[in-house]
Amino acid sequence: MGNAGLFLTMLWLCLHLPRLPAEVFSRTGTVREPFVVAAGKGTRELVVVPSVGARSAGIRPGMALSAAHALARGLSVFQRDEVSEAAALARLAAWAGRFTPVVSLAPPREVVLEVAGSLRLFRGMENLVGKVEEGIRDLGYTAQVALAPTPLGAALLARARPGARVTGMERLTPELFAVPLDALDFPPDTLEALRGLGVGCLGDCLKLPRPGLDRRFGGELPRYLDRALGRHPDPRNPFVLPPRFEGRLPLLTEVSAAEPLLFAVRRLLLELEGYLEARGGGAGELRLTLSHREGRRTRIEVGLLSPSRDTGRLLGLLRERLCRTRIPEPVSAVGLSVETVLPLAPANRELWKEPARQVSEAWPELLERLRARLGDAAVQGLRPAAEHRPERAFVLMEPERGDEPILPSLRFGRRPLWLLPRPAPLERKELTLLTGPERIEAGWWDGEDVRRDYFVAEDSRGARLWIFRERGGKRGWYLHGIFG
Amino acid sequence: MKEALQALLGHPDLWLGDGRGAGAGRAALPTGFAALDALLPGGGWPAGAVTEILLSNEGIGEMRLLLPALVGLGDGRRIAWIDPPYLPYAPALAASGLRLSRVLVVYAGTNRDRLWAAELALRSGACGAVLAWPGECDDRSLRRLTLAAEKGGCLGLLFRPSLPAGRHSPAALRLRLAPSPRGVMVEVLKGRGRAGRSAEVPLARISHQGS
Repeated sequence: MGNAGLFLTMLWLCLHLPRLPAEVFSRTGTVREPFVVAAGKGTRELVVVPSVGARSAGIRPGMALSAAHALARGLSVFQRDEVSEAAALARLAAWAGRFTPVVSLAPPREVVLEVAGSLRLFRGMENLVGKVEEGIRDLGYTAQVALAPTPLGAALLARARPGARVTGMERLTPELFAVPLDALDFPPDTLEALRGLGVGCLGDCLKLPRPGLDRRFGGELPRYLDRALGRHPDPRNPFVLPPRFEGRLPLLTEVSAAEPLLFAVRRLLLELEGYLEARGGGAGELRLTLSHREGRRTRIEVGLLSPSRDTGRLLGLLRERLCRTRIPEPVSAVGLSVETVLPLAPANRELWKEPARQVSEAWPELLERLRARLGDAAVQGLRPAAEHRPERAFVLMEPERGDEPILPSLRFGRRPLWLLPRPAPLERKELTLLTGPERIEAGWWDGEDVRRDYFVAEDSRGARLWIFRERGGKRGWYLHGIFG
Repeated sequence: MKEALQALLGHPDLWLGDGRGAGAGRAALPTGFAALDALLPGGGWPAGAVTEILLSNEGIGEMRLLLPALVGLGDGRRIAWIDPPYLPYAPALAASGLRLSRVLVVYAGTNRDRLWAAELALRSGACGAVLAWPGECDDRSLRRLTLAAEKGGCLGLLFRPSLPAGRHSPAALRLRLAPSPRGVMVEVLKGRGRAGRSAEVPLARISHQGS
């Protein structure tokens, strides 16, 4: 028990993903029930994990594939994809970095988090566990969660008694007692040998005389038990966050509509949100890659005006963009990557969820979404320009955050609030002149000169108009503005 | 104590968690015209709500009626103009005291995009006022805009031809504007306890010597 003190302040949360081999396929939302994930060759092809539908048809892990086919009509079979599983687990570990800086991979199906330091931040264990479980569900995974003072203890409980929360070392041994042999990480022949000794659970192992165990199984089994119980150190390699985010989901049914694509994109964005929170930053640019047949790809890049990791905001942007993009052919995989992580004020995330969001956050989002759907040119800001010619006394420009420049003030008469895009020829007789003229002669220096007399007039319906009489070139009356 | 609490709860800057705070609902922005403040329920333009303004034709003073309130929106939020019928003229807006850096002009093109842009801007929280000129706008769209204005705490102003005046409206306030000798005649078609009333709002005479 000499080392037990080392672990007293630690609390490990284990995420055990029993259905990971199936969920790497099903979480894209493109798989039809029932299906199984299988491994092996020929007659030795066995079911690794059945889908929910396949399970209710009676299909179990370890069953021969031929037997599974007999139980469920129209059963789809996917070859187990351990590379995708490993990548998914790594992205899950990156996502989990939002809860604690101490995350460790425990392949093939587990991630462990040391959360003692996070309890206060997340206002208690139940809140934290609730957030973790909710987040995992949103990502499309089924997780069994347990907490214990040792990582292996947490893992054993997550496998055998999901939901267990053991916070004190003194409770650990009794809580682990009933964990069945199947939950231990030992090859089948070792487990078989133990069963031969009448051992059915971890507690039975502990009752066996230690020298006998050592002789029979080498030092491995006793050391394993000591690590689980906190009697022997069990250092874990910390998961190191990758410098860039890269997520990819294969779509098993090719899709070409935006909505099913967005379902998969959202899953990736949720992973990204966790990753960016763990990195303490936001994305300034997203790259979405749609893979088609024969290696063809469609790339969609979206720039943000201010860094963000908010899934809702990013999904909104990608939705606008995807709905405007012509997808040339069916998509077989969707990838999302972010090259650089930009700093983000830590308070932003909290403010984001408030109804009265800060204008500094809401404004760039509004601009982005308008531009994504309507195009850059459809969104304009206004500035006055130092010009006497009315049609040049302003500029339409990109709306900015800054203030307008201070212009040399030009003295001129009353101007209308509405300007016509170009002066419209007018029959003067319908109008009553109210004031005028204001003579404007300018522009002789650049060949676009105007020589006009402006008047305010009222038409028969009571509208106040800004009209002018052309003095050079084409004579006549024109409507140029409306006082509104 | 209760009065103090009421005053606090009624403060337009206060957001209540259930979204029914004063800021989300019925705070009023002074219009800058005594006659109009006296006419409108709450004593001004309703923030966090949609006001429909029915016009027989443009140019009868509708912008001059709104400008003082727009200039008075002092919280740094933007003023979005969604598909205005003409160009909002920068020199005139600047001369009236409006800070042009806060003006956003959106050209949506289709009516569907127009309603979408208006809803987005109303809801965003980035805009203090949204002025929109929707063509068709059925009750369902109008209700969506109303909810968006409430969520964003935004003054929503919809300019519409005076045709649908008789119909029921989900908007908080519906006004009809008509030209009058000294300014604009404003009639309340819908508005808490004020329906049927009208008032003439005098506007400054337009002269070439400036106002």
